[in-house]
Amino acid sequence: MTNQAAILAIHQSNYDEYIIQVKHLTKKFTDVIAVANISFEVKTGELFGFLGPNGAGKTTTINMLTGLARPDTGVIQIGGLDCSKNPQIAQHLIGVVPDESNLYPELTGFDNLCFCAALYGMRKDERQERARELLKTFRLEEAANRKFGGYSKGMKRKLTIAAGIIHCPPILFLDEPTSGIDVASARQIRQLIADLHQKGTTIFLTTHYIEEAERLCERIAFITQGQIVKIDTITNLLQPIQGKNVLLISLTNLNENLCNSLTNNFSSMKFQANKLGQIRVESISPIILGPLVRFIEDQGCEVLEASRQRPSLEDVFVQVTGIELDAMKKEKEKAGANL
Amino acid sequence: MKTWIAFWSIVQKDMQVYYLKPPNISWGIIFPIAWTGMFFIKSGSGLDSIRMLLPGVMAISILFGTTSLLSVTVTFEKKNRSFDRLLLAPIPLELLMLAKTGGAIFFGIANAFVPVILASFFTNLSNVNWAIVFLATLFIAIASTFLGLFIAVTVSEVFEAQTFSNFFRFPMIFLCGLFFPIASLPVILRPLSFILPLTYGVDILKGEINQLNILPLGINYLILIVFCFLLFLASLRSIKKKWIL
Ligand SMILES: Nc1ncnc2c1ncn2[C@@H]1O[C@H](COP(=O)(O)OP(=O)(O)O)[C@@H](O)[C@H]1O
Ligand SMILES: [Mg+2]
Repeated sequence: MTNQAAILAIHQSNYDEYIIQVKHLTKKFTDVIAVANISFEVKTGELFGFLGPNGAGKTTTINMLTGLARPDTGVIQIGGLDCSKNPQIAQHLIGVVPDESNLYPELTGFDNLCFCAALYGMRKDERQERARELLKTFRLEEAANRKFGGYSKGMKRKLTIAAGIIHCPPILFLDEPTSGIDVASARQIRQLIADLHQKGTTIFLTTHYIEEAERLCERIAFITQGQIVKIDTITNLLQPIQGKNVLLISLTNLNENLCNSLTNNFSSMKFQANKLGQIRVESISPIILGPLVRFIEDQGCEVLEASRQRPSLEDVFVQVTGIELDAMKKEKEKAGANL
Repeated sequence: MKTWIAFWSIVQKDMQVYYLKPPNISWGIIFPIAWTGMFFIKSGSGLDSIRMLLPGVMAISILFGTTSLLSVTVTFEKKNRSFDRLLLAPIPLELLMLAKTGGAIFFGIANAFVPVILASFFTNLSNVNWAIVFLATLFIAIASTFLGLFIAVTVSEVFEAQTFSNFFRFPMIFLCGLFFPIASLPVILRPLSFILPLTYGVDILKGEINQLNILPLGINYLILIVFCFLLFLASLRSIKKKWIL
């Protein structure tokens, strides 16, 4: 039995349901409270998402959970083991993929993986086999003997993920795995994450992409300014808006009065103009198009398009956190430009 | 067993990536030759003085060979965050620090024997007890590597590590009796000599090669070993306090 399997077996009873348990975790830096008294659990085998804007405290939380930072207060249990005082305890159970690739630029992809495997005490033949297997899974075989320093950003991120799962950890921490890389690699990475989850790995993922969280995660915590403002399954989060009908109407000559007169005439619906010259219509009952279009045309506007909107996590996020998505994206871009 | 696999892999990786680089190797050879040449010319005496200079040149080779490496293997790796990978691996911190320093110690010893080999062409070294010289070299290498480690874990930028090392290294050339006897230093500087580990290592070398030691062999070894322990413990403390935030 491997060391890892032993640890798992011993503590199985303690964490049948929750593999990660965090209570009242707080971390202050000199001038900011990075994480403010957060509590949450991650279920065994779950894909759990931490969604929040830049500087929300996602990385700091991961650092505390993985033992790279010491919490000011709070209790962390991983696999039923209390890691608050001795974070090294859970090292066999966890794999960590940081937000920046931190492998060795001087070594080849293959050597990087073999080195990481050696850190977990794997024998030479074991490490080479595992390295080859992962290079294949991540479609990096051709780059295997090239130096890591010469990889593209997407390839670097993929190899960093491969290094994080080199010892087949039952828990994987992924810090913004798809930010700042090309679309094709990001898609491939999402697929790989889904596959890992499928095979039973518990995944703790942070992201600032709402669509990514919505597509991948089962349960999500919204975090802003170090605090968890909402935590629930995607299904439950979407519930309140699931029953709503939302319609987006594109039209010419949109003016401010139009929304007001629409509101006055169709009292069961809510109207809101957006910056793109569209009107957003929200209603509990199904929206019948005819009268709406006729009314708008009578006001001297022409309807170009009307499309039904599926309810999305974006709406929930904006509602719960009060953060406008445009602002969040811009902030990210700014942060990206500064790098 | 498993931790030893990790240990050796770290030593090997550091060797491959950092130590066995052409600049490092040439530096390790050029530096001792340059120092020997400089003092040789300055003293203006014959080939006999090579033997007089040998302990100092050996010490300098170790000092510069080891301390400069730690700013790369430790501070640089912390800065670019690859060190986090090592901290996350299931290796006790003590062993990890030994792995990160093991290569440098080995490299320091190898550096020390470059001038020995060079000197052996010009002067007869057959009456030297090499076991004692080797042990002294080992402890000097350990002490200066750990001094480098302490500096490397106390700062956060590579240039700080280098600046700080120089702050220690250059005065040590003059304060530790490498080329000038401590007795010839101004009285107020002499206490400084005795709080620097290199003084004791050089004293062993001088005793064995030139019969010019000022302290007994045993005392010198004992003090060197105490220095090694203190520096290692201080480094561990510093890393726990400053790096695991
Ligand atoms: N080492 C540090 N020293 C001081 N402040 C820090 C440090 N690390 C993070 N912070 C601050 O803590 C807050 C949370 O940061 P972080 O956890 O990196 O956010 P996220 O990963 O969600 O973008 C930010 O305001 C950041 O500036
Ligand atoms: Mg982050």
